[in-house]
Amino acid sequence: MLSRVAYSVYWMFRYLERAQNTVRFIDSDLSYYLDNPSLTGNVWHSLIAATGDKERFEELYTDYTRDQIIRFLMVDLDNQNSVLSCLSAARENARTIREIISSGMWEAINSLYLEIKTFQNITAQAIDPGYLCSTVLSGSYLITGLFYSTMNRSGAWHFARMGMLLERADKTSRILDVKYFVLLPESSLVGSSYDNIQWAALLKSVSGLEMYRKAYSKITPAEVIEFLIFNRDFPRSIRFCLSSCVESLVYLTNNPADNPRTPAQRNFNRLRNELETNEVHDVLAVGMHEYIDSLQSKMNHLDTLLYQEFFDPHKHTTEKGAFDGSNSQAQS
Amino acid sequence: MFADYAIKGMWDEFFKSPGIPHEHLGQIWKDLQRVSNQEYTRLHNEAVNTLVRSGITFLVYGDEQGSEKIMPFDLIPRILKAAEWAPIEKGLIQRITALNLFIDDLYHEQKILRDNIVPRQLILSSSTFRKECIGLDPPKGIWIHVTGTDLIRDNRGNFLVLEDNLRCPSGVSYVLENRDLVKRAFPTMFEHAGVLPVENYPDLLFDTLEYISARADRPRLAVLTPGVYNSAYFEHSFLARKMGIELVQGQDLVVEDDKVYVKTISGLEQVDGLYRRIDDDFLDPLVFRPDSYIGVPGLMEAYKKGNIGLANAPGTGIADDKAVYAYVPEIIRYYLQQDPILENVPTYLCDRESERDFVLQNLDKLVVKAVNESGGYGMLMGHQATKEQRDAFAEKIKKNPRMYIAQSVVELSQAPTYTPDGFQGRRVDLRPYVLYGKDIRIIPGGLTRVALKPGSLVVNSSQGGGSKDTWVLSC
Repeated sequence: MLSRVAYSVYWMFRYLERAQNTVRFIDSDLSYYLDNPSLTGNVWHSLIAATGDKERFEELYTDYTRDQIIRFLMVDLDNQNSVLSCLSAARENARTIREIISSGMWEAINSLYLEIKTFQNITAQAIDPGYLCSTVLSGSYLITGLFYSTMNRSGAWHFARMGMLLERADKTSRILDVKYFVLLPESSLVGSSYDNIQWAALLKSVSGLEMYRKAYSKITPAEVIEFLIFNRDFPRSIRFCLSSCVESLVYLTNNPADNPRTPAQRNFNRLRNELETNEVHDVLAVGMHEYIDSLQSKMNHLDTLLYQEFFDPHKHTTEKGAFDGSNSQAQS
Repeated sequence: MFADYAIKGMWDEFFKSPGIPHEHLGQIWKDLQRVSNQEYTRLHNEAVNTLVRSGITFLVYGDEQGSEKIMPFDLIPRILKAAEWAPIEKGLIQRITALNLFIDDLYHEQKILRDNIVPRQLILSSSTFRKECIGLDPPKGIWIHVTGTDLIRDNRGNFLVLEDNLRCPSGVSYVLENRDLVKRAFPTMFEHAGVLPVENYPDLLFDTLEYISARADRPRLAVLTPGVYNSAYFEHSFLARKMGIELVQGQDLVVEDDKVYVKTISGLEQVDGLYRRIDDDFLDPLVFRPDSYIGVPGLMEAYKKGNIGLANAPGTGIADDKAVYAYVPEIIRYYLQQDPILENVPTYLCDRESERDFVLQNLDKLVVKAVNESGGYGMLMGHQATKEQRDAFAEKIKKNPRMYIAQSVVELSQAPTYTPDGFQGRRVDLRPYVLYGKDIRIIPGGLTRVALKPGSLVVNSSQGGGSKDTWVLSC
């Protein structure tokens, strides 16, 4: 498999997952906003913070109003992480690997992009965010479904899944970080009054409320943290994402997981092990923000290691960078 | 639907005379008349949606939004009976065989120049004659593996060769896509007609590449594309997908020890054959244009050493020069001792003084073409041009006669084409695709390009042309 193709398929799925996560955040916050119109300012700030694009937003926009937020997050191509930008980048990556993915997947990503693009020039007031969110979600579920049901479980599939899951783990950690900060400003867990609705909104923003209820039924902050970071079975928990990446690396490197031989494999294993053994009190001991911060920098490092080990077009050659089509894609 | 259909002095692909179809089209005529205007519009829109959804589009250059257009097409097929197709097939095999011998001769002994059949100066002055290819021995002696010859039909129904296109002819993906669309739109008509299939083109192309690759047993093959911004990118990825081989860009390849390798996630792996869709100029910056960043440094040396197969071989453009075109009938007689089966369009070389004078005096009746342009660029349609345009061309011809040829205006044949006002005649040409591997194989038919503007004789997609499915009937 070509390094360039591996890189594109990885990023195609990262972008798709990024679009999907942004939409989930918006969807969940919109419904929360309807319940608590007095708290809006806070909600919009945290929504922008969760996407990691506060600076860019403040460069481009003046106020944290619903319409400006919707435009910025959904269809603004000047925001490289807007849903439309992500879908466009996913589609451009898909176009360069059309012969790798199934035709159905290409048609699904292409159709989804074309549909969302029609909203680009509509005024924000006229955009129905609920409709947009459900269109993006059902479109990306279709793509993911095709991904699982029509593609050979070969290298391309594993790179795609790693892209999807690393992005997901990153976004789950971000939303937890941001919302936790909003929910518990004193950063003390015991004794602080918490709002059930807000924690429920957090779970909803990672499509986890129903699954959480099945596993724990009652909402408590400690269990929400455990669910989102350490749960073995929830497919959006950080641990779950890392465990699946470890499996994919076994396939890609042809080394068993207990005998890692490359830096990427060693580091993925290490983080996975950490997530298997740590518990909520380990998080609280260092502080939520610090814990997440360290997780995120480890995950960024994993991304770099994947690049060095698989995607870097020069790693096996002696050639200079003169013919390098280096197209390093956007980190969030 | 056919109320306003007119035939004015050109050959009509469908009708013998107004309202009376050619004999082999009786059943299809009956089926077609059952399609109402409304029904056709519905089928057409459905087909457009299919194309947009599957992204069979090309980028419109210079548009900031990067707007994407589909290639216009017409659902009504252009239909040839077996007896019309047979001489075309024979004629193309003859022509390609001769042109291949010609190219091989030019880069070796140059017998044809010594015998003064083709003027030496004509060849040496052509920018497409690659000195780097002198002495080159492509695998199995084949230079032109993929050709897309442009044919037109004069007012008596004779097919004439307009251009040879021996470099990187595109469009074959539209042949396959159009066939798909038409089958879906008119299943019954298709079934009645007995149409010869074209779907095996990717298999034939694969066989051709395998045959000329540098490894006999399970060679690693790839399609080499300039990249996603090339207007034919869709076709490159389409062919790679249909053949089940990799689509690579120059940056994915590296040459070490005169062998070509592809950069994979587990290291370098050797490649044995490339269907390259990059022009000679950009193929290898060490040999051709040094500023090419889409090529592969060292590729030519690997090719010379026999370590990689390339389709088409570098250097074939010399036989694509429009001034050389004028000599093709002589070239066929010289190498094959046969009369050409397919004729040329009468052509005047501005390089010859007598012919140049004739051209300059008759600019209002001729088509003038620059010898190395394609895609309908660098052209003067004398009878439609203004006096200023003609004068400007006359200056260019006097200044640089070798660069221009002129041809009589041929009244291209017309075929019924859908318009909002019902079916009308629109001019068409035909581009069959010829594959030269173990044998010469041609899928029946090819791409029919259609000038969608009323009265227009220019079918190029860059000039507002569209395409049609081409049916060759089994009897």
